[in-house]
Amino acid sequence: MATRDGTSPNPDTPVVRIRDLVFRRGDRTILDGVNIDIPKGGIVAFMGPSGVGKTTILRLISGQLRPDSGTVEINGHLISSMSDRELHHFRRNIGVLLQDGALFTDLTVFENIATPVREHTDLPEALVRRLVMSKLNAVGLGGIEYRMPHELSGGMARRVAFARAVVLDPDIMLYDEPMTGLDPIAVSTIRTLMRETNDALGQTSVVVSHNVTQVRQFADYCYIIASGRIAGEGNPEELAASIEPRVDQFMNGKVEGPIPFHYEPPGAPWGLLD
Amino acid sequence: MALPATRLDRLTGPITEAGRCLQFLFRMLAGIRLSGPQILTVLQQTYLIGARSLVIIMICGFFVGMVLSLQAINALEQFGASDQVSLLVGKSLFRELGPVLTALLFAGRAGTSVTAEIGLMKATNQLEAMELMAIDPVQRIALPRFAAGVISVPLLTAMFSAMAILGSVVFAIGVIGLDAGIFWSKLQTGVYFEKDFLGGIWKSVVFGGTISLIAVYFGYSARPTGAGVGTATTNTVVLSSVLILIFDFIMTSFLT
Repeated sequence: MATRDGTSPNPDTPVVRIRDLVFRRGDRTILDGVNIDIPKGGIVAFMGPSGVGKTTILRLISGQLRPDSGTVEINGHLISSMSDRELHHFRRNIGVLLQDGALFTDLTVFENIATPVREHTDLPEALVRRLVMSKLNAVGLGGIEYRMPHELSGGMARRVAFARAVVLDPDIMLYDEPMTGLDPIAVSTIRTLMRETNDALGQTSVVVSHNVTQVRQFADYCYIIASGRIAGEGNPEELAASIEPRVDQFMNGKVEGPIPFHYEPPGAPWGLLD
Repeated sequence: MALPATRLDRLTGPITEAGRCLQFLFRMLAGIRLSGPQILTVLQQTYLIGARSLVIIMICGFFVGMVLSLQAINALEQFGASDQVSLLVGKSLFRELGPVLTALLFAGRAGTSVTAEIGLMKATNQLEAMELMAIDPVQRIALPRFAAGVISVPLLTAMFSAMAILGSVVFAIGVIGLDAGIFWSKLQTGVYFEKDFLGGIWKSVVFGGTISLIAVYFGYSARPTGAGVGTATTNTVVLSSVLILIFDFIMTSFLT
């Protein structure tokens, strides 16, 4: 796997290593024996139909969820067995952009971005201000620092949330559906920001999305999840040409195929269409 | 005979919930740092939930004082003891009505807004975002609001009682025409600072802690939906009000 700027990350030292991961919700197995390696420096996307467990993988990587069995490692540290305190400390190196941005509604844009800086550093106020303003300018929103989140458009709010997520220059960025609900210009802006920040800071980015077209434009490598397993992996071009039935169905948006349209709860004695 | 599982859950559910609530309290208390930013946040919250409740507390206090005087004078007149009105008003206000009514008003005005605010933050993933930024939402969001409640309720109680005395003065002296000298001297000699006034203030500290703990805990544990936040807000008022009256009886039994 190579990044878009042509450098080849060392696959022997993956930043994120997932082995034999099993995760269940009640009787339902969401992920069943998943193995994933995410090397340093790339943008890796997880794709798949809604409800298949993409966001679950992100939450397992961030330590919000614990696997039923298997391991999740980041830079050699076993996330899946860390104590809450260790996890709390470890998350300082991880930036997360949630689907709706999740800006703090009672704080101004400036205070939103300054919050992690003030919490984790002892920088003087002048430096905090300079850092926050540099990130705001980087996302093209210099001059809106005193606005409240409810005064921003969806695209602006997502860019502010992006600035907040990268303000401490984390080693790993996790994106949960970062472009959902945005107009095409805002999508391009976020995509460019993701790529430029990833390459400039030497980050490793993990993106969850179900939008095939968008993922093909920014991801270096993709995993397709279906039925709790990795249905396919490769760069976007390889996946687009795949003849694996589940990958082909998802990449080309086919209704008919092995990925079922009708949801059947586990243990259901009969289905309407039986 | 073994109880069915659902009935057993109904019995053990409240105990489990109370245990979780106490665990939450200890988690908050463990986060006390007395650092500059934390003190500043507590002061901000004291302004938001305490100072902003001041107007409603003052208005209610004034009219409670007036109605208390009206009823007291009607009753005392039958025994020719209407000059004792300030004593009756003072004792009942400082010991019972001040702390209890202030706490009930605070639960309705500030407790609900704290639960709704935290519940909404949960529903819009703000608490999750905080955790992912390695910021503990219990310390950052719940603790300042809890501390602000514990600080605000005794201060509001003192203000409520002061306004009620003023209301009593306006009615008893201004409207009925009782002698002002007798009114104030009975109040000064019959109402004791330590036993009556401080006794009420101690109660209000407990009430403030109870309301604030319930408000932040229900907000934090609310289901992240509109209906979930609504239910949590209602539960805050109901449980706070019931516990205030229960604790009032228990504390009155020990204080008198």
